[in-house]
Amino acid sequence: MTNNKYNRQPDVTCHPLGDAAATIEFARRIDPAAHEQVRALVRHLEECRFPGMIEYVPSFSSVTVFYDPREVKRQWQTDENGEARTAFQLVSEWLMRAVAAPAEAKRQAPRIVEVPVCYGGEYGPDLGYVAESHGLTEKEVIQIHSAAAYTVYMIGFAPGFPYLGGMSERIATPRRSNPRLTIPAGSVGIGGQQTGIYPIETPGGWQVIGRTPVRLFQPEKHPPSLLMAGDVIRFIPITPEEYQAYEEEGQ
Amino acid sequence: MSIQIIRPGLLTSLQDLGRIGYQKYGVIASGGMDPFALRLANLLVGNEEGEAVLEITLMGPTLLVEQDVLIALTGGDTAARIGDAELPMWRPVFVKKGSVITFGGCRNGCRTYMAVAGGFAVPRVLGSKSTYLRAKIGGYQGRALAVDDVLAIGEPSDVGKLFAKRLKERANDSAHAAPHWGITAELLQFYGERSVRVIQGRHFSLFTEESRRDLFQQSFVITPQSDRMGYRLTGPVLQLAEQEEVLSEAISPGTIQVPSEGNPILLMADRQTTGGYPRIAQVVSVDIPVVAQCKPGDRIRFREISLAEAEELYLAREQEIKDLKAGIELKMRSSL
Repeated sequence: MTNNKYNRQPDVTCHPLGDAAATIEFARRIDPAAHEQVRALVRHLEECRFPGMIEYVPSFSSVTVFYDPREVKRQWQTDENGEARTAFQLVSEWLMRAVAAPAEAKRQAPRIVEVPVCYGGEYGPDLGYVAESHGLTEKEVIQIHSAAAYTVYMIGFAPGFPYLGGMSERIATPRRSNPRLTIPAGSVGIGGQQTGIYPIETPGGWQVIGRTPVRLFQPEKHPPSLLMAGDVIRFIPITPEEYQAYEEEGQ
Repeated sequence: MSIQIIRPGLLTSLQDLGRIGYQKYGVIASGGMDPFALRLANLLVGNEEGEAVLEITLMGPTLLVEQDVLIALTGGDTAARIGDAELPMWRPVFVKKGSVITFGGCRNGCRTYMAVAGGFAVPRVLGSKSTYLRAKIGGYQGRALAVDDVLAIGEPSDVGKLFAKRLKERANDSAHAAPHWGITAELLQFYGERSVRVIQGRHFSLFTEESRRDLFQQSFVITPQSDRMGYRLTGPVLQLAEQEEVLSEAISPGTIQVPSEGNPILLMADRQTTGGYPRIAQVVSVDIPVVAQCKPGDRIRFREISLAEAEELYLAREQEIKDLKAGIELKMRSSL
């Protein structure tokens, strides 16, 4: 396939996602270097779109770009060799070139977002279970969970839901065998090796250890998501009184 | 003036062509399940093709039309009528103020689209009027329509107004009137196809030889656990040759992913923005309307084509819609 032409980075591959999207993949696992490449390409796409591009969706180690094949073909009709090329080939070559181009855009320091969390009690009904299953006190779980800096690898699953990397294995806890039918918006949970925040009320199987009064999904704002792929977040423990104060302030 | 909901039907919601540009924030695209029928409904009343329409599912609503309107019904056939008179589909229909439109159960297909000249006057949320049920945004107050809801109608285009006026003159005492022309049956033949075209998915080669063969040689049944988010299918169990962890990444309408129990899920309009199961195949864009009109219990087969063929079909379909748009406008501007 045409990918070989730009094969300066042998690990980078481009795949069709149907007939109107292409996924460029930097690695097959979660890897900080690949995540850096995702961020660099996203910065590039924010500044420079190709004709026919509709939107992009970054994930752990890949970026998917949705396009209108009609526009792509129309704009790139005349190929230097006169060969018939599919819109996918044109798009994947563009993406490969964008990735291979020397990264003149400087590495940007990630944005750091502080997320206040009221741990335990009515806001975090599973905190006790998580502590018990690791032989820790609740306080220690809070300490471990709020000490780390977490990278937002991608937003998905629900509007504004961050997939976070960086949780300590010491508090990794399997999902509940019996998922809850509703988990309130703002709930902070642990599901296996991952931690995350539920932006909207949804059913879910994660161990809920706390809740944030901050709204992660705000459809009336731009952007509608508090967090973006590439951000770094820190959880700041707050008391129930502080939680109430935040909520009142928010309204 | 407006349209009032007397009975809402099973699931009637406002949908346009979806929310574009927010998937990177985890906001799903939504939009009409059958974009072809949605676009045509709008074109037939002189709207922009991406205006919001009613998406009616399986069992239709009863509507009180509180003003003279020009409507078009496309997609699945839910036997819409005013009194004893059945309303024709796939053509513009003038409906007189005070009429009650009653929809029945779906005789054919699964989803009917009803466009109104001028569109529905609801606010755009994140650039779209589509209802996103789970997040409770968009459409009419972020939800499916319910009894006594009142939908305001926007300002029709000049051609929409002109054509409504002509049909009104023809209606006389009748509650509705329609021209003799419409979208011809041969342009809609593809809906009858139960063999859905797919291209290989990203993880196709990771599946066992048997699964890869079964995908194309066996048929699959759409289970009742199917909705706007996606269809759960049963049929031959599809299995990976070796267990492999797949990272979550973007999905698109038509992605067929396979959880470890082996029953495929075909993702549709309300799919999440990312998915973490291996993808065996991908329904091509032009066949999404065919899938959208399948209902639980229906049986479908998959047929493989190349990406290049899928693109050709995509371009051909777009050209067809462009030609139809020009043809419809010409008809509406010339006399009846």
